[in-house]
Amino acid sequence: MSGLAMPKPDDATMRRRDEIVADMRIIVPGEGVVDATNQMRAFESDGLTAYRQLPLVVVLPETVAQVSRVLKYCNDRNIRVVPRGSGTSLSGGALPLEDAVLLVMSRFNRILEIDFPNRIVVAQPGVTNLGITTAVEQEGFYYAPDPSSQIACSIGGNVAENSGGVHCLKYGLTANNVLGIEMVLMNGEVVRLGGSHLDAEGYDLLGVMTGSEGLLGVVTEVTVRILKKPETARALLIGFPTSEQGGQCVADIIGAGIIPGGMEMMDRPAIHAAEDFVHAGYPLDVEALLIVELDGPGVEVDHLITAVEAIAIRNGSTTCRISQSEQERLSFWAGRKAAFPAVGRISPDYYCMDGTIPRKELPRVLAGMRELSEKYGLGVANVFHAGDGNLHPLILYDANVPGELDKAESFGADILRLCVKVGGVLTGEHGVGVEKRDLMPEMFNQIDLDQQMRVKCAFDPNHLLNPGKVFPQLRRCAELGRMHISGGKLPFPDIPRF
Amino acid sequence: MTTFTPTTSDEVLSTVAWAVAEESPLEILGHGSKRGIGRPLQTEHTLDLSKLTGVTLYEPAELVLSAKAGTPLAEIEKLLAENGQQLAFEPMDYGPLLGGEPGRGTIGGVLAANLSGPRRLKAGAARDHILGINVVSGRGEAFKSGGRVVKNVTGYDMSKLMANSWGTLAVFTDVTFKVLPAAKTEVTLAMRGLLDDAAATAMALALGSSAEVSSAAHLPERIAARVAGGTLGSDAATLLRVEGFGPSVAYRIAALKTLFANAGPLQEISGEASRLIWRDVRDIRPFADGSEKPVWRVSMTPSQGHQMVLTLRMQAAVSAFYDWQGGLVWLRMEEGDPEAALLRGLLRKHGGGHATLVRAAPAHRAAVPVFEPQAPQLAALSARLKAEFDPKAILNPGRMAPGAGSATLGIAT
Repeated sequence: MSGLAMPKPDDATMRRRDEIVADMRIIVPGEGVVDATNQMRAFESDGLTAYRQLPLVVVLPETVAQVSRVLKYCNDRNIRVVPRGSGTSLSGGALPLEDAVLLVMSRFNRILEIDFPNRIVVAQPGVTNLGITTAVEQEGFYYAPDPSSQIACSIGGNVAENSGGVHCLKYGLTANNVLGIEMVLMNGEVVRLGGSHLDAEGYDLLGVMTGSEGLLGVVTEVTVRILKKPETARALLIGFPTSEQGGQCVADIIGAGIIPGGMEMMDRPAIHAAEDFVHAGYPLDVEALLIVELDGPGVEVDHLITAVEAIAIRNGSTTCRISQSEQERLSFWAGRKAAFPAVGRISPDYYCMDGTIPRKELPRVLAGMRELSEKYGLGVANVFHAGDGNLHPLILYDANVPGELDKAESFGADILRLCVKVGGVLTGEHGVGVEKRDLMPEMFNQIDLDQQMRVKCAFDPNHLLNPGKVFPQLRRCAELGRMHISGGKLPFPDIPRF
Repeated sequence: MTTFTPTTSDEVLSTVAWAVAEESPLEILGHGSKRGIGRPLQTEHTLDLSKLTGVTLYEPAELVLSAKAGTPLAEIEKLLAENGQQLAFEPMDYGPLLGGEPGRGTIGGVLAANLSGPRRLKAGAARDHILGINVVSGRGEAFKSGGRVVKNVTGYDMSKLMANSWGTLAVFTDVTFKVLPAAKTEVTLAMRGLLDDAAATAMALALGSSAEVSSAAHLPERIAARVAGGTLGSDAATLLRVEGFGPSVAYRIAALKTLFANAGPLQEISGEASRLIWRDVRDIRPFADGSEKPVWRVSMTPSQGHQMVLTLRMQAAVSAFYDWQGGLVWLRMEEGDPEAALLRGLLRKHGGGHATLVRAAPAHRAAVPVFEPQAPQLAALSARLKAEFDPKAILNPGRMAPGAGSATLGIAT
């Protein structure tokens, strides 16, 4: 692990480990408590495998009452808790702490209700993202957000991370597709937000819970909206001699009032890696490859395919293939979907970044990345959710070469700084976690961060839930609550009043 | 009684900082077009943001627009329309219902009230389109959250938290919204003469089809006559809106006609006539009668809406119509009493949701919780959150619930 400071383990908790494990076995009887080192290994990291840590104990509750009792027990005794869904986070959001109970929600794996007339599904948080679609697809419905880990990632984890996917430009993120949740606060209280109606009453706590990375509460039930599957989908595979032309094509498609179901771009290194791996038939003589997918009724898709093709030609595309069958559409996607493992073949290790930029800044950011690539002596391949400006640079390195992981991390941090500099953000969909925690001051000043921590204080005043994530420096809630009053002078006396 | 009318974000900051130091509550105001919603305020001073105006960034190809909080919504919608774009969530206008002029309201107010319209079904509400904010908290501190890009999970989504906070957490100075292309074609299919339960079934069927219906409303008999200048006539009208590219709209309307081939005569209404109908449904025109008769906005499970109304009618004289496939129920209480306890009790029995008393005489608004009371633990959490943003309760105190500091206390009705 590189130099990441996590909260110092609490000695009192460490000393009482045996007692805590015994108490957990009372709260969660049966197989729900894991404390043997060899069995806890399975939980020592999430999708960000550069960081590993064994937890104090792993607890797998089965009921909301058990979750509530575990949290209240820990809250009363000042014991930290790290919640975990399927453990697919790419930012270390579920990284265990040495002195923390790892609360694993995977046994909450049932779909509770399917309501087609109201188009909602109520699911326990451990149900996989794809599991929701599987449960409703026989009636022609699906759940729209589709993170690439959808076969494994849990809907509760999707809420924690506000997960996206290639279709979120048109269909929205998790936050736009979740109607309600049940959650347990650190003090054991069970709270319901929203339900099967639109917009919760009062403050939008559902909005702030979505993407809160397990720091505010533990989700125990999720109500999502499902959609009717589009009748058809077709895709275009378009190659450009420069990334500028590809970027302009994306801007012109949107300028024409077209919001594609998916719009993905790859740069030359990513194209070559993917083609070598899956032989999707990608052109190898282009700098930028664009996949544009249009979905809806057949007449609409045909109409838009023609429009997008014309825009591509106007922007100097050198190749433009239009899928003529479902098989061909899937082959266009095969390379893109295999981009990560494809890059994994050409490099011993790769480090996946996740910045978002205003789309028009793409050429500048790609140029900046090329310079950084030379500076650090590490290669980089880019895949890009082109429609919404979400960039996934894959930095190539070899963990067995001393110092290369550190170099890759520094390279990644510089890329994210560049994203922020051009008006973008540190993370589009992977979350801050531990990975980007120390970069938060690049985007936020201390007042911004303090106010975010005050939100945390309303939910978890003792900072016991998933501490060490998201915020670079934890400040006590009592300290955050202090007011610094300045001046009692009437402001700008010159301005007009009525 | 002083009204502060800052023209810059710095002036907003110094005004709030002054009020914090003086512990002197402020009423936060844009155009005041929704001033009649919520518990009546008794503040000494007013912070009027209507001079804090201007679109500061608009990049159509990036689908993003930023504006000062006091910028008129009408100005923003005009600018977007000139570029073939729109706020897809279709923010409603409470002006006609509350006896004000139509077309007023600021972009800050849109977020503060989490406005939306009939397209909420497909496109979401203000909360789903806000990308970033600059605000001044009740601590007298300026902070920001979010940004100008659509995909962003950096830190808590404080922008969403501001939606539906009615000026009780922070004063907005700048807001950034996602904007989207406006549909080129719009056609409404109207089924006529359906009773409420048949309409609910029809709307569910339509929304469960591939026709991508963007709005679904049911105007019962007589209510239908009160939209679009009476052009619909007075028979009950069940309305399905289809939007998009011409050929696609034609195809989907044809599909709906096939689906409802046995539902009696179908009426096709396109272009401006369709837009007028949906604008009037959005703005609750049927109840914009110049009176103070109580009007409720109820959000609930779509299939339950008409059933709740049926039960309610046995105990109170009400007029009702439905948007959002039946999940948004607008109610006018014909006998003048809001009947809050009755309505909210029935709502709980019909799957839950929330009822907001959007129009009532000040005396009723002071006596009846205007916003849906929350369960005690949720109310306590909301109150803690309010205290973290506005510990001295200087921002619109009491607007959402009685008690200086608490936002939405769970007062039993």
